[in-house]
Amino acid sequence: MRETAFPEATQRAAIEVAGLHVAIDGQPLLDVRELVLDGPGPTLILGPNGAGKSLLLRCLHGLIAPDRGTIRQGGVAMGAAHRSCQAMVFQRPVLLRRPVAANLDFVLRRQGLGRAERRQRIAELLAEGGLAGKARQSARSLSGGEAQRLAILRALATGPEILFLDEPTSALDPAATQAIEAMIRRAARRGTRIVMVTHDIGQARRLGHDIVLMQGGCVAEHAPAHVFFEAPRSEAAKRFLAGALVI
Amino acid sequence: MQDFAQEFKSAAALILAGDPELWAIVLLSLKVSLLAVLIAALIGMPLGAALGVGRFPGRRAVVIVLNALMGLPPVVVGLLVYLMLSRSGPLGVLNLLYTPSAMIVAQVVLVTPIVAALTRQTVETLDAEYSEQLRSLGVSRLASVPTLLWDSRLALLTALLAGFGRAIAEVGAVIMVGGNINHVTRVMTTTIALETSKGNLALALALGTILIGIAVTVTGAVSLLGLNDDRGALKHA
Ligand SMILES: Nc1ncnc2c1ncn2[C@@H]1O[C@H](COP(=O)(O)OP(=O)(O)OP(=O)(O)O)[C@@H](O)[C@H]1O
Ligand SMILES: [Mg+2]
Repeated sequence: MRETAFPEATQRAAIEVAGLHVAIDGQPLLDVRELVLDGPGPTLILGPNGAGKSLLLRCLHGLIAPDRGTIRQGGVAMGAAHRSCQAMVFQRPVLLRRPVAANLDFVLRRQGLGRAERRQRIAELLAEGGLAGKARQSARSLSGGEAQRLAILRALATGPEILFLDEPTSALDPAATQAIEAMIRRAARRGTRIVMVTHDIGQARRLGHDIVLMQGGCVAEHAPAHVFFEAPRSEAAKRFLAGALVI
Repeated sequence: MQDFAQEFKSAAALILAGDPELWAIVLLSLKVSLLAVLIAALIGMPLGAALGVGRFPGRRAVVIVLNALMGLPPVVVGLLVYLMLSRSGPLGVLNLLYTPSAMIVAQVVLVTPIVAALTRQTVETLDAEYSEQLRSLGVSRLASVPTLLWDSRLALLTALLAGFGRAIAEVGAVIMVGGNINHVTRVMTTTIALETSKGNLALALALGTILIGIAVTVTGAVSLLGLNDDRGALKHA
């Protein structure tokens, strides 16, 4: 079922992590022995607060250099060049202090698009994200959910090969969540690898091809979604799904 | 009391009649201070921006010195510029002492630290907010500077206005290096000081009124800009 939903599976750049270790101020925060993201659909990362999910995304996106370990994308060691074909939506969206449309224009301009083309793209994107009437409003005056939507639109506007999303729908109403999930699915279908953190287990079920459960800076389980939800192997996953506090 | 009322009346008459001497002094003041702020901006903004985003050893010390320089006593600046420009000073050959140029130099020395320090602070604060996002979007450190400057333009304009306010209201330094020469280096503040001591209160009062008008306008503009900036910030607080 799921495999047929994402036909261009093999074109996606795989991410391979080995022996990843991050410590800040002597405190070990991340310890991922092995993680391979090469599935044909979105990877959903679950885990309790402070498990290291955001930190892992930052490492994968090259914003934090690990103390040890390697991250490869498409078989090549992660470098600054990779970041240009990735995009990330941060847990707390950072919008430029400019109008909504100018936030999108900022990334489109970097792609060397002409004025008319940019205008059209912006109109399309805003319509897609339900922000059509807000083009001229200051981005900093958007509501929390609107800001999150704009951050997602901006990330999509870069046309990334890999898209990292850190709880992108945490502030969205159900309808907006659905719209964003549809956008994410479309991007996945177009060939973008999606790596997304969420606390919404229903969302992980809806979107996830494979699930990563983080706990205490480590990967407790990485399994295809149906395995993870129907027959979790690790004790941590069982307890997490049962709603128990995982520490 | 009666005398004062009379002085106020003649001051108002001077302003309303467009007294040429009065307006020549106002124009020279504006010219000197605006030029000084322009030059201070050209030096101070890049310096401030570099300090705001750059990371190099000794940066903290430079920032502390710069902040301290914001409070330079104008009289000391006047003295230092005087020494530089006086005939036996290192720049004596330029023959700038007691010219409007000397006053501009003194005001540049006073204003540049203000512009640089405020720019540094503004750019650094915005950089803390933006840097990870810009890095994610593939913008290099150096390339992020124009973005940071553009997005903090209101605060930077405020810094320039603050610098202008300091320049136009300052007496000590310009009187020392300008000499308060009639029709040559007489600006509003120095004329007010001189005319008051001579008992010519009408001209002093007229200039004082205009100076207050300028100061109030500048301060008003600064707080208006600040208000507009806050309106966006409130939502995100
Ligand atoms: N710069 C830092 N300095 C010190 N500790 C940090 C730093 N960044 C993250 N941490 C710590 O690392 C741990 C993991 O943080 P991270 O943000 O990855 O959590 P998370 O799994 O995303 O949690 P949440 O679900 O709350 O977003 C936390 O305990 C956090 O306090
Ligand atoms: Mg997080």
